[in-house]
Amino acid sequence: MFTGPQIVSELQNLGITHVVWLPDSTLGQWEEALSKASSLSLIRVCREGEAWAIAMGLQLGGARPLVMIQCTGLFDSGDSLRNAIFDFGVPLFAVIGYRSALNKAANDSARTFTEPNLKSWGLDYRLIDSPEKLAELAAHYAACRQAQRPGVALIAEGKM
Amino acid sequence: MPRMSLVESLQVLHSLRQPDQVVLSTMAAAREWMKLGTSPLDFIYAPSAMGEAPALGLGMALAQPARQVIVLNGDGCMLMNLGTLVTITAVAPANLVLIVCDNSVYEVTGRQQTAATESIRPPDRPVDFCRIARGCGFSAVHEFERIADWRQAAPAVLSERGPTFVVLKVEPIPGGEVPKSPAPPMDRARAFAAALQRSA
Repeated sequence: MFTGPQIVSELQNLGITHVVWLPDSTLGQWEEALSKASSLSLIRVCREGEAWAIAMGLQLGGARPLVMIQCTGLFDSGDSLRNAIFDFGVPLFAVIGYRSALNKAANDSARTFTEPNLKSWGLDYRLIDSPEKLAELAAHYAACRQAQRPGVALIAEGKM
Repeated sequence: MPRMSLVESLQVLHSLRQPDQVVLSTMAAAREWMKLGTSPLDFIYAPSAMGEAPALGLGMALAQPARQVIVLNGDGCMLMNLGTLVTITAVAPANLVLIVCDNSVYEVTGRQQTAATESIRPPDRPVDFCRIARGCGFSAVHEFERIADWRQAAPAVLSERGPTFVVLKVEPIPGGEVPKSPAPPMDRARAFAAALQRSA
C-alpha cells in the first residue's frame, strides 16, 4: 500500500514523536524506515494492550504518540484502549492493519469483526484502501487532533 | 517470616519523595498511597486497565526523561503483563522505577490466591519476580521482606540508574477494597498533564 519512507514522511509532517507498535506483515515492511527516522522513536511492545497505555503515558507527558497495530491486536487490547480513551479521556490515534480486507474470498474472521469492533467503541475511523488515500490518513489525524478526539486509520491489507 | 506492612512500606517511599518525581500507583498501593497525602504529580491509576500500570509509567518516563517515574504495581497486576518487563528494558529508561507490592493475593477482590501464590504451587516450582526481571534484562533488581531493610536501602535504590525493579513483600490488608478515583478521571488526567508541563 505505502512504502516505509512514505509513512515516515507523513508521520514527521504530523509531528509524531513516538510510534508504539506491534507489526504485522504489512506494517512490518515499514520497520526499517521507522527505526531509522531521526525524529521518531519506535517503541516495540510485546502485546498490544501495552501500546495504548504507553501512548497514554507519552501523551500525558507532552509527547505526540501513535499506536500502530494489527486489527487482531485491537481485539486483544480492548481493556487498555477503553481505560485510556474512555476512562481518562486521552484522545489517542491509531493506525490499524485491517487483515484480509482486500481479500474478499478469504475466510478470515478478523476481517468480519474489525469494523463492527471499531464502531462498537465509537471510534472515528477512515478506511485507507488504496495508495491514493495516504493523504486521508494525514487529514484524519489532523482533524482528530484539532478536535481532541480519538481516531483510527484502518489500513486495508491483502492483495491489491 | 512475617512480611512488612504495605502502609509502612509506602510511608518509607513517601518520606523520600521528591517534589519533581511522578508516583503512579494502582490497586492496593493506590488506595493506601492516597491516604498519605496528595501531590500534583501523583497519578492514581484508578480506574485501571489491570496490568497496564508499568506500560503507562514507561510512557511517562519516556516523555519526561528529566524526572523520575515511580510505578507502584501489584503482584497480580504484574502477572497479568509480564511481557511489559521486556518492553521496558528494550528502551531502558534510566528514570523508571517499578515497585511490585507483592501480597501474593488478589487483595481488592477478596484475597483470592493467584497462580503464583506459593501455597497453591508445587513446592519445587516457586515464582520469583526478581529472577524474572533479571531474565528480562533488568540489572538493578531488589527484594525486601523486612521494613527495616527497605527503610535502610530505599534512598540508594531510588538513586540507582534505572530501569529499577523492586519487590516489596507485604501483608495483604483484610477488607482492602478497590481504590476509588479521588476525582473524575478525565479531570485528573488533564490536571496531571498540566502539572507535568508546569514543573518541567
